[in-house]
Amino acid sequence: MKVYKFESSDKGQITYRDKKRYLWLASMVYPLVAVSGIGLYMATGSEWSFLAPLVFIYGVSTLFDAIFGVDENNPPEELVPQLEEDRYYRWLTYFTVPIHYAVLFALAIFVGTQSVSLLSVLALAITGGIYSGLGLVTAHELGHKKSRLERNLAKIVQAVPAYGHFCLEHNRGHHRDVATPEDPATSRMGESIYQFVRREIPGAFKRGWKLENDRLERTGKNVWSFDNEILQSYAITAVVQLALIASFGWIMVLFLAVHNFWAWWQLTSANYIEHYGLLRKKEASGRYERCQPYHSWNANHVFSNILLFHLERHSDHHAHPVRRYQCLRDFPDLPSLPTGYFGMFVAAYIPPLWYRIMDKRLMALPHVAGDLDNVNVQPGKLEALLARYPKQTEVSDTLFHQAEAVAA
Amino acid sequence: MSCFQCPDCGYVYNEAKGDAHEGYPPGMKFADLPEEFVCPDCAVRYKEDFVSLETSK
Ligand SMILES: [Zn+2]
Repeated sequence: MKVYKFESSDKGQITYRDKKRYLWLASMVYPLVAVSGIGLYMATGSEWSFLAPLVFIYGVSTLFDAIFGVDENNPPEELVPQLEEDRYYRWLTYFTVPIHYAVLFALAIFVGTQSVSLLSVLALAITGGIYSGLGLVTAHELGHKKSRLERNLAKIVQAVPAYGHFCLEHNRGHHRDVATPEDPATSRMGESIYQFVRREIPGAFKRGWKLENDRLERTGKNVWSFDNEILQSYAITAVVQLALIASFGWIMVLFLAVHNFWAWWQLTSANYIEHYGLLRKKEASGRYERCQPYHSWNANHVFSNILLFHLERHSDHHAHPVRRYQCLRDFPDLPSLPTGYFGMFVAAYIPPLWYRIMDKRLMALPHVAGDLDNVNVQPGKLEALLARYPKQTEVSDTLFHQAEAVAA
Repeated sequence: MSCFQCPDCGYVYNEAKGDAHEGYPPGMKFADLPEEFVCPDCAVRYKEDFVSLETSK
């Protein structure tokens, strides 16, 4: 396995071997799990088979996160430039793009040609949506890069779930506004995922279009021109999805509607858990403080990370958005989730469970120090949360009054 | 004409070239970029974070 070396003037020779080098193939082939249900169905004839990919993503991956635990590997900062330049890693992201298309076509052709129950069609559409949601992880990795090739591949892959405004809005909108009340892609303490989604999907759409509209205005072009990068991606979606509808009829309308929505819902789920309640302070200049490592939640679990191109090492990603997945680092004392993303998604879908797990973690973060002034709180929830997490001064006041009462 | 670099990701704004994709024409001074300018590549560094490069032309 390749060893990276660096001669440091003060630390001597630094070497690093990426133990995950070949494990990253998992991120590339993982979307294929979506069609495992079809394979199992062909072998067994039971329509229950279609649930296999869902069991894998929520059950098996969460179990394996618990078994394999956290990832000790961390590339030394000095070797990050060499690791960035190793082209092997980027080829994996390129090859992931056609795999997402293959999965969509395989599921669509199956639904379009086989007679299975409506419930099975729904299960396959939801499965397709979840794994096409992973297409947005691929688009995310590619879309943050500077090369034209990678940016174009991002536009192509985000067309699979019909989310052509994603990269633009994520890079220029979410990264700029993250962990502020203004960001529709940052969830607030006390905000359930079902409230969040109604703010996140339309908010991201509007911000993406505004950013592209402003850019095109500066270049002197019309927003309805073919230079509009959002429209370029939507055009691919239109061609692909209309061709599927033309080939297989009305069942495809249902299949694609559920598929697309469920893929967006995956992104909503990731956004919901990545910055829950975290808040950047406003400086005297009126700018928000720079995004710090403690403004993202992380999961350093090795198993789900190798399925997600290291997306769960989220703090380093926000510190260096252009940095490639293989270079992302873990740091001690980051806000951390108790399990990987898929397990946390399930918790998010059950709001009382989510609050139970996350609110005390959030309040215990060193920079929050139990003070709701340091938290991004859902408007309308402040009073209820203050009752549970009173201001420190009020706590000492209460203790003081209690002591007085005892003394009297 | 000067160049200004993003200290995080290395993006360079060259006043002589401008940035056609972003809609800043050749010759546009860095100082004349909008105040809300953020790095076009990483979006996490503001205008005032950019460092001037000594090279010219
Ligand atoms: Zn930058």
